[in-house]
Amino acid sequence: MQDFVQHIINGISLGSIYALIALGYTMVYGILKMINFAHSDVYMVGAFGAYYIARAFGIEAQPGIGSLAILLVSSMIACSILGLAIERFAYRPLRNSPKLNILITAIGVSLFLEYSGQAVFGADPKVFPEVMTDHTLATIFGVDLKSFDLTVLGVSILAMLGLEFLIYKTKLGKAMRAVSANASVASMLGMNPDRIIAFTFVVGSALAGIGSVLVGMKYPKIDPLMGMMIGMKAFVAAVLGGIGNVGGAVLGALIMGLSEEMVVAYFSSTYRDALAFGILIVILIFRPAGLLGKYSVEKV
Amino acid sequence: MKAFKNPLIALLAMGALALALEFGFNAFFQLMAMFILVNCLMSMSLNLVNGYTGQFSLGHAGFMAVGAYAAAYGSSHVHIFPEPFLMGNYVITTLLAGALAAFAGLLVGLPSLRLKGDYLAIVTLGFGEIVRVALLNMDFLGGPRGYSGIPSYGNFISGFLFASFWVLLCFFTIWRLMGSSHGRGFLSVREDEIAAEAMGINTTRMKVKAFVLSSFFAGVAGAIFAHITSYISPSSFTFLQSVNAVIMVVLGGMGSMTGSLVAAVIVTILPEALRPLQDLTGIDLRMVIYSLALILMMILRPKGLFGAMEFGDVWRKYVKRSS
Repeated sequence: MQDFVQHIINGISLGSIYALIALGYTMVYGILKMINFAHSDVYMVGAFGAYYIARAFGIEAQPGIGSLAILLVSSMIACSILGLAIERFAYRPLRNSPKLNILITAIGVSLFLEYSGQAVFGADPKVFPEVMTDHTLATIFGVDLKSFDLTVLGVSILAMLGLEFLIYKTKLGKAMRAVSANASVASMLGMNPDRIIAFTFVVGSALAGIGSVLVGMKYPKIDPLMGMMIGMKAFVAAVLGGIGNVGGAVLGALIMGLSEEMVVAYFSSTYRDALAFGILIVILIFRPAGLLGKYSVEKV
Repeated sequence: MKAFKNPLIALLAMGALALALEFGFNAFFQLMAMFILVNCLMSMSLNLVNGYTGQFSLGHAGFMAVGAYAAAYGSSHVHIFPEPFLMGNYVITTLLAGALAAFAGLLVGLPSLRLKGDYLAIVTLGFGEIVRVALLNMDFLGGPRGYSGIPSYGNFISGFLFASFWVLLCFFTIWRLMGSSHGRGFLSVREDEIAAEAMGINTTRMKVKAFVLSSFFAGVAGAIFAHITSYISPSSFTFLQSVNAVIMVVLGGMGSMTGSLVAAVIVTILPEALRPLQDLTGIDLRMVIYSLALILMMILRPKGLFGAMEFGDVWRKYVKRSS
């Protein structure tokens, strides 16, 4: 029983990291109707950005909340700039081309980031600096509450609340929702869709940046291909919840995190990567719009 | 040009090429030639799905893996024909490998081809990963150690001719198919799914047909690959291999058979041709150049090299006119 609760805590902590990345997928999909394959590599670059900042400022010497905040902000900035650049140079020239071409471009950008990452950062894994010390804060009925898990949970909940506020309470968020609903009508009403789309990329990438630092803190090994698998899982989470739906992404990510943790704990860890795709195929067969998604009828 | 439209003459030409390679070039070039043939199969079969039917499959390496392992297992266990007629065994195992891959294609295709565009890409990608993970966990196929000791084709000429035979079979099957009512059905699905449905075409059925045929030839490609290298492991069939196939189709032009052949030649030779650059800079820039080429291609010339034209059309349009 204690083990079970412990696994649930780990699963939620893992799921909230997936959620941060899944949000980026789902926001871009909601507004552009495209899968941003490069998102997982933006996340990778964020982790490396934080790594180099931490080394440059000697942050690894003083672990604590303060250095975590510095790394979070710097990684968010690095990711935002990269996301903006990708949108501007790769996706914007293709705004009106067929979907297939955009998809191929996205894969191209993803590969480009991965392999130039290998060329620039080196292909060997690097050890992420110790941002905080991991210790048990409290033990309730034999279940350890670790500071890492609580920090991950706290930071991601804060980020999601911030996103919620941004989307539903600010003018910019209203514009984002408008462009997502219908870009041409939105532009007639005085919004600049290009700018709103760029802003969406910035927000999504910044969330990936937060995720990258949290992952770096919890699993301190980073390499240029680290984004591939976690990106796929986050994407599956977004589809599971209903892609384009912000709440759905969080729900899907939590389900993903929990089920993965359970498979590793009670079944076999070699199947953890296949599980994500198994879930995906099942969900696409039985409920292609996802758990919270709405079916749309295609009009001619 | 026209004479090559006859399969027999084309096979004879391949035979001549095999002789030329056997006596004019060293083993390295011969191996490259074999890989070109495998890649030709991969790109042509993927072209059927991605180019002609307008779907997007990102898991072609998965089918290749199914075929490769089936052929490897079959060739080491099935001995129907005695020593001098070993090719008979290979024909049977290759057919089996293709059939198994086609069955996998049916299994994946039936549920997922009801989906559109992006989702299909992800499901097929997932399938490729699942195959790889499953192979890692199968002990009788070697698991992560891979499968070694696969019998080879003997000498180069027979291997080359065997592979050429399958390449030509694939080429002419798809070529003739595209002229039939099935082929028109594939094209109509690509052009406008709703209109095709209104004209009484069962679009899902069409897509599944294209997918199964494509998986069959991917399986054949895997079988040939297994026999050439005589060692396969799950890491031979990663996501990158699928992307390679997509790059070939996109580069050659979606919906151009000869385009995908030319692209297969380019994509196989390019990494080797770029090797001096790697020696010069000390870092592996090949994939960086590939991916950059892919992005630029999509932005500047989304049709690919040939577009929907065949080599003959390009010849007539650009080369003959200028002379």
